[in-house]
Amino acid sequence: MDRRTVEVELSTTGLDASGKPQRVPILTDDGGGGLAVQAPPGIEPDLEGEHMLINIGPQHPATHGVLRLVLELDGETVVRCIPHIGYLHCGFEKIGEYRQYNQIICWTDREDYLNSIGNNVAFALGAERLFGIETTERCKVLRVIASELSRIMSHLVWLGTFCIDIGAFTPFLWAFQRREEIYRLIEKWVGARLTTSATRVGGMAADIPSGWMDGLRQFNRTFPHTLDEIDRVLTKNAIWVGRTIGLGVMTPEEAINWGLSGPMLRASGVDYDVRKDFPYLDYETYDFEVPVGTNGDVYDRYLVRFEEMRQSVRILQQAADRLPDGPVNIDDPRVILPPKSKATSEMESMIHHFKVVMEGPRPPIGESYVAVESPKGEKGYYMVSDGTAKPVRWRIRPPSFVNLAAIPKMVEGHLLSDVIAINASIDIVMGEIDR
Amino acid sequence: MSRFEVVRTGASAPGVEPATQRNVAHRNADPNPSAKALQEKFSSAIKRVEVIWGETVVYVDPASVHEVMGWLRDEPSQRYDFLSDLTAVEYRDAEVPIEVVWHLRSLPFRRFLRVKAQIPKGKPLEIASVYDLYRAADWLERECYDMFGIRFHGHPDLRRILMWESYTEGFPLRKDFPLRGRFSRSEQLRQALAQNPEARYSMEELTIADAFAELPADMRERLGKGERTGE
Repeated sequence: MDRRTVEVELSTTGLDASGKPQRVPILTDDGGGGLAVQAPPGIEPDLEGEHMLINIGPQHPATHGVLRLVLELDGETVVRCIPHIGYLHCGFEKIGEYRQYNQIICWTDREDYLNSIGNNVAFALGAERLFGIETTERCKVLRVIASELSRIMSHLVWLGTFCIDIGAFTPFLWAFQRREEIYRLIEKWVGARLTTSATRVGGMAADIPSGWMDGLRQFNRTFPHTLDEIDRVLTKNAIWVGRTIGLGVMTPEEAINWGLSGPMLRASGVDYDVRKDFPYLDYETYDFEVPVGTNGDVYDRYLVRFEEMRQSVRILQQAADRLPDGPVNIDDPRVILPPKSKATSEMESMIHHFKVVMEGPRPPIGESYVAVESPKGEKGYYMVSDGTAKPVRWRIRPPSFVNLAAIPKMVEGHLLSDVIAINASIDIVMGEIDR
Repeated sequence: MSRFEVVRTGASAPGVEPATQRNVAHRNADPNPSAKALQEKFSSAIKRVEVIWGETVVYVDPASVHEVMGWLRDEPSQRYDFLSDLTAVEYRDAEVPIEVVWHLRSLPFRRFLRVKAQIPKGKPLEIASVYDLYRAADWLERECYDMFGIRFHGHPDLRRILMWESYTEGFPLRKDFPLRGRFSRSEQLRQALAQNPEARYSMEELTIADAFAELPADMRERLGKGERTGE
């Protein structure tokens, strides 16, 4: 492990003569003033022989769902880690082959359930490419708002649970308070908190109600204060830094080769963000920055995700300012339901309504892979159509699944207690991994 | 922002136009330049090239998949260093071969390419693994094997991942697999209750632990022969 120097606030005794925080080296191997724990003299550093097999999960609060890790330990050091997944497997992809496109949107809520509205947007984008339609300007901006709100929600859950895993309780409460505000906004918009099903092929299930934007602006104004508070409590906290720095390092080459994406990849110093490099929803016209880490350890992943929340607020502000008037759904009766008043009064609209609901919209023969930048990483939907109303194949590219595959590499050689921190830093959602 | 040494503010890599979704034709748009380079390099191994909704699809002979992917990754003018996704597609028409699909990204050039290989049905479903090229293929190939029964040659640890090790009903995403599963609910419950809940260790773990002796006799026998479940 490299010796790194980070400015931490220990306590009043940690201040130097001028009252500034002392610079304390973390993770020294020589015990020279660092926080690393040295084995007391007289205790053998390595007891030869027995390796121990321990099992974490599948029912364990620190595994964030039903992940099971089988660890081979030499003393307290991890020699090998074998993850087991599949406890939540429901066969989403199989079910999708028996459902119409608009019906599948309800299933996308339930995979990455912390980012459900973002999944709805991603699926609708994939289906729209398959149908060859482009949504209205208002719909695009609303979808950007939905995606960024959902990114903040997901990162807040990650932040809160990460804190709890490491032993900090207060930031968890602050994070979940703010998350509740977003849920209230989402509930006002689509009527549900978690299972949103907010999009439809060609538009949204509902336009925002009047006065909703005021709530969003209010959130944009106040949320950065919460971030500042959490930042003050955590970022230079000696315990926090000591528990996260230098853990689970992935070099840029390794991170790319292992297929990591999202904050996991960017913490390793690779500047790849789907919003910048393969833009969708006109993300290229928004002014925002992509934080890129340098060391690829748990601490850098924390910094990157933290900064992403601030950037999401920036995008939300711009989206709120530019939201245009106009229809939210495209004008195509083959894919979009007619207004209820027309469906009950005009013969033609009633026929359209019947056909969209009973037969479902039909895309031409073809296939599409649309990836979006979900909070966890590159989330892709690959759909193959044979011209009928149900896809031949609906594939979810789950970012958590690919990121978690690297955990045996990341925990190797670390202590058992660090496995919890590394696992929390991946930001997994088992609903998405097992599908 | 001083915490980060690198902060991306620009739209994309220098000199590269960002690819967006505007005005995409259904078919016959310009293919990705890598497709032409592949046809020149591996003339007969590239079966055909299609462009669907602006995404280039290259159909590769299954025997040369590893060679083609290795070239795409290492050739300095291509550098497809990021394996986005690996999956398979089975069509409803039983005559159509199963397709294995790789989604590749070139991070230096910001390109996207879909590589496909068609494996005819009726023979064992086999194809070369790209595990040695992309470690991302580790779990993705295991999932593909678990769901479709495609064996990836060269994968060091090809075993079930989402379904459990002793699952014997077959491969769930195949079209001949019924949506409700092969057995009735009561039969599934009976099988689940008959299993030893402690017998959830893979061969890899059994080499570490002394749990081997604890397994049911039939599982011990099959694992001893090196047999993998679900075949």
